[in-house]
Amino acid sequence: MVRYILQKLLFMLVSIFVLASATFFLMKAIPGNPFQSEKNIPPAIQERLNEAYGLNDPLGVQYLHYMNNLIHFDLGMSMKQQYVTVVDIIKTGFIYSLQIGIFAIIVAIAAGVLFGLIAALNHRKFLDGFTILLAVLGVSIPSFVVAPFLQYVFGVKLRWFDVAGLNDVTDFIMPVLALSFLPAAFIARLVRSSMLEVLSADYMKTARAKGLSGRVILVRHALRNAILPVVTYIGPMTANIITGSVVIEQIFGIGGLGKFFVNSITNRDYTLIMGLTLFYAIILMLARFLTDIAYGFVDPRIKLTRKGG
Amino acid sequence: MNEHTLQPSDFEKLSQEEKKGETVVRESISAWKDAWLRLQTNRMAMISLYILAFIVLVAIFGQWIAHQFTGNDFSTNDLKATNQAPSGDHWFGTDGLGRDMFARTWMGAGISLQVGIYAAIVDLIVGVIMGGIMGYFGGKVDEILNRICEILYSIPSLLIVILLIVVMEPSMFTIILALSITGWINMAWIVRGQIMQLKNQEYVLAARALGANPVRIMFKHLVPNAMGPIIVTITMTVPNAIFAEAFLSFLGLGVQSPAASLGTLINDAIKAMTVFPWRMLYPAILLSLTMLCFNIFGDGLRDALDPKMKK
Repeated sequence: MVRYILQKLLFMLVSIFVLASATFFLMKAIPGNPFQSEKNIPPAIQERLNEAYGLNDPLGVQYLHYMNNLIHFDLGMSMKQQYVTVVDIIKTGFIYSLQIGIFAIIVAIAAGVLFGLIAALNHRKFLDGFTILLAVLGVSIPSFVVAPFLQYVFGVKLRWFDVAGLNDVTDFIMPVLALSFLPAAFIARLVRSSMLEVLSADYMKTARAKGLSGRVILVRHALRNAILPVVTYIGPMTANIITGSVVIEQIFGIGGLGKFFVNSITNRDYTLIMGLTLFYAIILMLARFLTDIAYGFVDPRIKLTRKGG
Repeated sequence: MNEHTLQPSDFEKLSQEEKKGETVVRESISAWKDAWLRLQTNRMAMISLYILAFIVLVAIFGQWIAHQFTGNDFSTNDLKATNQAPSGDHWFGTDGLGRDMFARTWMGAGISLQVGIYAAIVDLIVGVIMGGIMGYFGGKVDEILNRICEILYSIPSLLIVILLIVVMEPSMFTIILALSITGWINMAWIVRGQIMQLKNQEYVLAARALGANPVRIMFKHLVPNAMGPIIVTITMTVPNAIFAEAFLSFLGLGVQSPAASLGTLINDAIKAMTVFPWRMLYPAILLSLTMLCFNIFGDGLRDALDPKMKK
């Protein structure tokens, strides 16, 4: 177990190293330098800027410098916003993104398990078909269609919620709904199919034969086993939530990480792009790591020491 | 012992009628035909297939239709008629520069579909070759390639795609290239798994005994037998690529104006949504419908090709 965790951690470090190197060299491959687009900068100041950001050093030195800073969690200064470090930007933005993300995950799991359960218990009846349809729609309709739709109907037309911003509790409702739509649909499909499998398992017959009450059978025996595949979805779900949050923060005007990410790309703020990319990657890898570990704990049949899986 | 004692009647000739009992009356059904028959019974999947065919057709002829019936094309600005609601002149209205939204929407559908299909084709080629090599040769080769795949896979693919497009100029070609750099891994793993199962079958041994070289065994014997999962993976790749392209457009990294994909159209429309909601309507519906149909059709195809996998 310990060996497995260490192995995974080592693997994660290698991946982060590869990604960090890749981002560094990709950004360096862009022709010109970040300050050339600024208008009316005298050559002397250009030179000073280049020197201050270490752009005159040989590539190898810059790379080592960058890697060294990375180890100390120093992602450098933003190139477009003055006197702001990338780490500061991540700190301010992450609070909002984290809140919305966690709410969305909770809503997605709750709604997904509930709908999946309803569908499985009404197998081949109306509610089942309805849930399947809803789930396929959820997987197919992208967040940048769902979010403007919610915004238009509930924000502009019905005026139930504020169109944008994140000032009080009700402002969370629309972004969280839009963000949890896709993962909820996915979880509903997962729970439905695994529930159908579990319901026909032999131990369900045993439980029923023992005369246990319907609710105990459903919750203790069926749902507990049917929920297992959801654990494997934690990793991909985090990825979905992050991609979704980039879109949703932009649409609902929330000053989270996603909004900074979009802005950094449109402004070509290279240090910020690099920093945010690495940050996202680390979060995703941690989520996958947790998935692997968690699965070993909830499902004793999985032996972590064995390779593959 | 229950030994059968021979009777003279056992040696009599069979009548013509009795001989026919052995002949197969029904024509034989190949695995593909069987899958097709199964698919046809899935009403939702068939409807999706027809809708997709319709979308593809209109996407191909959309420019011609727009030109023929309303005299519009996707790139002509008309600053006197900006942001118009749908009308007889402009079936889907006009955008902020007065360009015809009907022509632009169908052009966008065409580009989105092309991105999806080309990305799937590249994934198919690279994935089958890499997966084939990993699965067939196994051992050290497999281990090294698998490690490389795992590292590539552990890095979130959309982030790599974004970085690549930031570096390269966004265009349809670079988007497809960037999507393919990480996209093939999934296909490679599926092919690898299939090949590993299949390579121990007797017909592979027979082919090898007859002196067939690995390339021939791979493409004549192994790949055709792994075709089911490969096709299902392709149908799932297309909507994913379309989504990824739309997402890139949302970041401003999509195809550049005057060309448009559904993603760029939606992105443009969101900015003016409160005032001109109809600009959003058709591209959003078309994108969602395309993804929906690919997903339903993909599910149906999976059930049809592999009844055991049915969920």
